[in-house]
Amino acid sequence: MRILVVEDDKDVAGFVVRGLKEAGHVVEHADNGRDGLFMAASEAFDAVILDRMLPGGIDGLKILETLRGQQNTVPVLILSALAEVDDRVKGLKAGSDDYLTKPFAFAELLARVEALTRRGKGDAPLTKLVVEDLELDLLSRQVKRAGLKVDLQPREFRLLEYLMRHAGQVVTRTMLLEGVWDYHFDPQTNVIDVHVSRLRQKVDKPYPTALIHTVRNAGYMLRAE
Amino acid sequence: MISSRLFRSASFRFGVIYAVLLMASATALALFLWWATAGLLERQTEAAIHADAQGLAERWAEGGLPALVMTIEDRMTQNVDDDAIYLLTDPLMNRIAGNLQRWPNEASQVGVSYEFPVMRAGMRSLAHVQRYDLPGGFHLLIGRDVEIRAHLRKMLTDALVWAVVVVCLLASIGALLIRGLFRRTLRNISATTTAIAAGDLAQRVQLSGRGDEFDQVAEVINDMLERIGRLMDGVRQVSNAIAHDLRTPITRARTRLEDALLHAKTEDALRAAIERATVDLDGIVGVFQALLRIAEIEAGSRRSSFRRLDLVPVLADVIDLYGAVAEDRDVTLTYVAPEHLPAFGDAALLQQAVANMVDNAVKFSPAGATVRLTARPDSQPGAHAVRPSEAHSGGKIEIEVADQGIGIPADDRARATDRFFRGETARNTPGSGLGLSLVLAVAHLHGGTLRLEDNAPGLRAILTLPVPDDIDPAKRLASESNAVVTPA
Repeated sequence: MRILVVEDDKDVAGFVVRGLKEAGHVVEHADNGRDGLFMAASEAFDAVILDRMLPGGIDGLKILETLRGQQNTVPVLILSALAEVDDRVKGLKAGSDDYLTKPFAFAELLARVEALTRRGKGDAPLTKLVVEDLELDLLSRQVKRAGLKVDLQPREFRLLEYLMRHAGQVVTRTMLLEGVWDYHFDPQTNVIDVHVSRLRQKVDKPYPTALIHTVRNAGYMLRAE
Repeated sequence: MISSRLFRSASFRFGVIYAVLLMASATALALFLWWATAGLLERQTEAAIHADAQGLAERWAEGGLPALVMTIEDRMTQNVDDDAIYLLTDPLMNRIAGNLQRWPNEASQVGVSYEFPVMRAGMRSLAHVQRYDLPGGFHLLIGRDVEIRAHLRKMLTDALVWAVVVVCLLASIGALLIRGLFRRTLRNISATTTAIAAGDLAQRVQLSGRGDEFDQVAEVINDMLERIGRLMDGVRQVSNAIAHDLRTPITRARTRLEDALLHAKTEDALRAAIERATVDLDGIVGVFQALLRIAEIEAGSRRSSFRRLDLVPVLADVIDLYGAVAEDRDVTLTYVAPEHLPAFGDAALLQQAVANMVDNAVKFSPAGATVRLTARPDSQPGAHAVRPSEAHSGGKIEIEVADQGIGIPADDRARATDRFFRGETARNTPGSGLGLSLVLAVAHLHGGTLRLEDNAPGLRAILTLPVPDDIDPAKRLASESNAVVTPA
């Protein structure tokens, strides 16, 4: 994937660029708003990581608004130290697809950027999600593994759906909290781990191969072994 | 310099205004009195002279000079008060009739009133006269002796001038008194505010108890001071927190890194140390975020995002999120709520507050215990009828989370909502000590309260939220039941 990183802090930018390259992406970097806007507008990227406070007279929100004004729908993740709820709302209103506050864990950033690009590919309406021998029918809301019906609570169903939609990608605990429960704060206790472990009991435990994997220091991933 | 400072003083200004107003009123009153007494006497004299002149003019028209002379003689003999003055002369100013010996030099023009001293019957006296010219060159002088009236007028004038002087003196004394009164009232407020400016925030303005305007100002100032005091406490708590509670994890992270730098022998050991230090730092970031969020809530700016909402799905979500955790710990989580619970507020914040309460309850519960989440409208429709003044106060919603855990000792309960407060018994449970602070901040933002009570054993945390009158569930229930009754 081709990713543009607009970030003025040398250390943060270097860290992000290095990490994304290691994960197999092609990365371009701009260290001020003017260059960032120019590159984002003139070249094709699969995703843009955008800092909000930038030198060069053009800040992140301005870049975002300009891009959206030109009908440019490239997925944008805002990476900002502005962490208040209002800041977040402002960023999302301006047209960003996700908002991550600094300081951040790289795993979180990577997971979110990869999730964004998947979302950006304009899904045709899905009716069925399939990973290996696990099937999730979105219409009848039924789950089968190896042809056998698995009984799930509504919330467990949504959790599995989220994991399956991001199959093969790392999904962090915050992403699950936001995506499945619509919570935007840290619930202190490891509630997500408990829910995932219950889901595992039903989806993985009775079967020889596990599909839901724990990714150390990052979160979870649903994939075929 | 001094005079300009004096005039900037409000007490001085009020004093001067009082004095000037009083002096002006007194002077106006004195002038009116003078006009109504001394002025009246003068006008009466003028009127009498005028009436005399008209009478004599008629006599002259009827009988000519002899009739006029006779009438003048008559009038002089009939004049009981002996104050009438007449003088009729021929064209050469020789006296024909009257009680003045010769024509006075002063009376040279017609239609003008003259006042001059004359000698009458060997006495010095004051005459008020007017001159009339008759056809044929005759001249007539008509007047009144006003010596007594002049005396009276002088007495009156003297008395009034003295009265004004005395009033001016009194006004000046009054101004001083008013100034003193004003300053004494303000000194109370000014002494308090000065003490506060100097750093003594515990000072409060004393109320006189009269409930007057000064008391109202004092009350507003005291309310303001309370609020400032609370904010200052918050700032102090946060600084203390940074000093103590954040220093500890920062020290730990730093120690880990330095220890690894000095002693780690293998790459794996180095990685492990860095990883643990990163977890420590994430913990610190989490605390910072919680602190900032509480500050953001306390600042009150989130109130703009308030809207009507049904609390039931919000609570159900919390139960859903924590149900699994409770089960995992062998804790029973029960949930009782009506079908709908309309409220007004920020759904995300209320959810976080209730989540914190449930999180605490589950965390501090031993295996086998029960945590109860109860939500109920707490308004008494009957009370409205008894006290009509409270008819518009709206109802309340109570959200109660009761556990059977270790509880909080009564002595600690008041401090349990302080930032970073952790009870002695809670030292070994993970947590930042910010959970209840956030619940309290959310409660205050919504105009509600947080009560902590003994559940014997355990803790009962009760979050009370006011409900605006128009969506009061109890009221709506009442109106619905009425609607059912009417057709029957």
